[in-house]
Amino acid sequence: MTSLDPVLLSRFLTGLTLFVHIIFASLGVGIPVMIALAEWRGIRANDPHYTLLARRWARGFVITVAVGVVTGTSIGLQLSLLWPSFMRVAGQAIALPLFMETFAFFVEAIFLGIYLYTWDRFRSKLVHLSLLIPVAIGSSASALFITTVNAFMNAPQGFTLADGVLTDIRPLEAMFNKATPTKVAHVLVSAYTFCAGVLGGIAAYSMLRGQKHVYFKKALKLTMVSTFVFAVATAMVGDFSGKYLAKYQPEKLAAGEWHFDTRPYATLVFGGVLGKDNEVRYGLKIPYALSILAGNSPRTEVVGLNDFPEDERPPLSIHYYFDAMVALGGLLVLIPLLYMLRGWVPGGKAYPRWLLIGIMALGPLAFVAIEAGWMFTEVGRQPWILRGYMKTAEGATTSGHVGLLVVLFVILYFVVCLSCIRVLSKLFRNQDAMEEIKALEMKGDRP
Amino acid sequence: MNYELIGITVLWVFLFGYIIVASIDFGAGFFSFYSVALGHGNLVHNIIQRYLSPVWEVTNVFLIFFYIGLIGFFPDAAYYYGTALLVPGSLVIVLLAVRGVYYAFNTYGSSKENNKVYMALYGATGILIPAALSTVLAISEGGVITVRHGKVEVSWSHFFANPYTWSVILLALVSVLYISAMFLSYYAKMSGDQGAFEILRRYALVWSGPTIAAALLAFFEINRQNPEHFRGMLEYAWMFAASFLCFLIAVYLVWSRRHLGWCFMMVMLQFAFAWFGYGRSHLPYVLYKQINIYENFTNDTMAIALITAFGLGLIVLIPSLVLLMRLFLFDAKYVRGSSAKKG
Repeated sequence: MTSLDPVLLSRFLTGLTLFVHIIFASLGVGIPVMIALAEWRGIRANDPHYTLLARRWARGFVITVAVGVVTGTSIGLQLSLLWPSFMRVAGQAIALPLFMETFAFFVEAIFLGIYLYTWDRFRSKLVHLSLLIPVAIGSSASALFITTVNAFMNAPQGFTLADGVLTDIRPLEAMFNKATPTKVAHVLVSAYTFCAGVLGGIAAYSMLRGQKHVYFKKALKLTMVSTFVFAVATAMVGDFSGKYLAKYQPEKLAAGEWHFDTRPYATLVFGGVLGKDNEVRYGLKIPYALSILAGNSPRTEVVGLNDFPEDERPPLSIHYYFDAMVALGGLLVLIPLLYMLRGWVPGGKAYPRWLLIGIMALGPLAFVAIEAGWMFTEVGRQPWILRGYMKTAEGATTSGHVGLLVVLFVILYFVVCLSCIRVLSKLFRNQDAMEEIKALEMKGDRP
Repeated sequence: MNYELIGITVLWVFLFGYIIVASIDFGAGFFSFYSVALGHGNLVHNIIQRYLSPVWEVTNVFLIFFYIGLIGFFPDAAYYYGTALLVPGSLVIVLLAVRGVYYAFNTYGSSKENNKVYMALYGATGILIPAALSTVLAISEGGVITVRHGKVEVSWSHFFANPYTWSVILLALVSVLYISAMFLSYYAKMSGDQGAFEILRRYALVWSGPTIAAALLAFFEINRQNPEHFRGMLEYAWMFAASFLCFLIAVYLVWSRRHLGWCFMMVMLQFAFAWFGYGRSHLPYVLYKQINIYENFTNDTMAIALITAFGLGLIVLIPSLVLLMRLFLFDAKYVRGSSAKKG
């Protein structure tokens, strides 16, 4: 075993834990917002269907929260276990957001417990709905705080480094660094998009299986309009993120775009492969688009990868993650748009089969987009763990046991995810929506 | 009080909070499984479920809070403990993961009966996690983590051959069962469930003897392990005496089936005295001779920021916790309800 092995394995294990956690964390951030929307519609329109929708979503939501809590605990502890030297430094500069994240999590955990058990306890439905506000704020706030930590790793600031020791620390400046605004916004809206898409997919699935009740149509409408709004917002913030990269982290954008020589009128490349001497083949080339992405004008000069020393360049493979994220982001706007425009398609059915299949795909598409986006941003800051300050290899543990733990955690996540899917599908199969609607309507018949 | 002391006190208080709520939770998981497996049926299980369902997530946060706070106030702790505890820490993660997930799957997922496998996982992990976590206390006494050639190393053979290690594990195990049984007796009494109360009261009495015996054993093993710490503990001998007194009152009250609320109060005081006496005499070390609260403290700016955030956080946290308790622990209607109703 070489001394590099723990580094590579630690990277793999951290990546694996985050890969799993991101799914459940995103669900944890977005679903409370969707539940709140549905419950609010139910109260405003005095429509029990929306309330039922909120209830059914909340039931499944707890299961995903459990897995989110567990994987979140994993990554939290693994930060110190796998990257002790990094945390020793980071603890000096960014303990504040980590600390605040646990407070946000605390509030979320407390109110989620209360929300789930008080559906029938308050006379006013608005009181019950208001319990969801701290849940949604708590989950979004913990996403905010933890993302500032990641932003700090990409754009470290708020301290002075003298002889390997951090001095003159300014915690708020470290937290609200240059990467924070775009990163936090992008993380939040993409999580909302993902959740709206997943929940829309569930409604579409029921309709594909022949359910005709208006309940499913209402669910579809609420989720599709939300998906569209959130997806457009995600794309807009994504554009800001591109401009941020061009200005402050040009090597990531350059590696992601295979842009080697610094120049204006830069071309954007989509797909393709790199040949010898880094020439791009088979790719779709859009003239000036990269300059426009970087600075809203074709004249913008985009810094190329050749301006960086070879050992500080990110891997060129991140190009594909970037392309995947952008392409899927486009689909996430397009499919809900088609849903909203379906009435104008001449001679078409109200809910054509292809459209429902497309809506069912929204969740998986958004999932891949989120994972690809994180891969792009994380792999794209290699070889740094703290850009410009600490290389990844300097932060890792020196223990020789990481390999064993990789095996252990692969098994753990595999089993947990598999049983989560099983439990969720069983939960919804055992409690059929139609029966609950029937029960509701019978209650409604009798004054 | 200086920042260092405020920092470590905050952390110690939260760790104490974790010990109480987690003990209730861990022990409850064990009793719950034990009673169902033994055929007491759902008598005890229902009581436990009614208490646990709304609070299980909160328990976890206490631990995370302590851990994040430790890194924040003492970043070197991340370096020493992080390197040394890679394997046992990961095992604890796995146990916590299995426990949390299968609890939720059982409570919210299956609509009908209790899944025996899930409950067994829940019960077994409830015993293993405190044992695993308590080993950190043994490590903190020093001698296990060494630094050679600038590399942190752990001597596991030394660790496991040490009687002190085992006395701490034993103490953790029996106190979990004792605290949990005491709390659940109180809760069962409050709900008016006489059958469950009698069973839980018996558990509480059965585990009270071993708890005090294990505490004495651990107390004397510290003398062999770390005489300096032991001398420190003797300086605060009154705290340990007070702890013992609270123990006697608690056992008397549960024996006489009266004032169960006060009884649990005494249990908390018993552990509070012992915990803070132990912690106070452990100072100034977080890890004996390697992490000192004065030398390995974070920079002042961060300390002020953390303490401010903590103060602001409490303003939100305390009313929320009070609301949670008022709605579920101390709401007569909820406590007496036939079963916890979920959405």
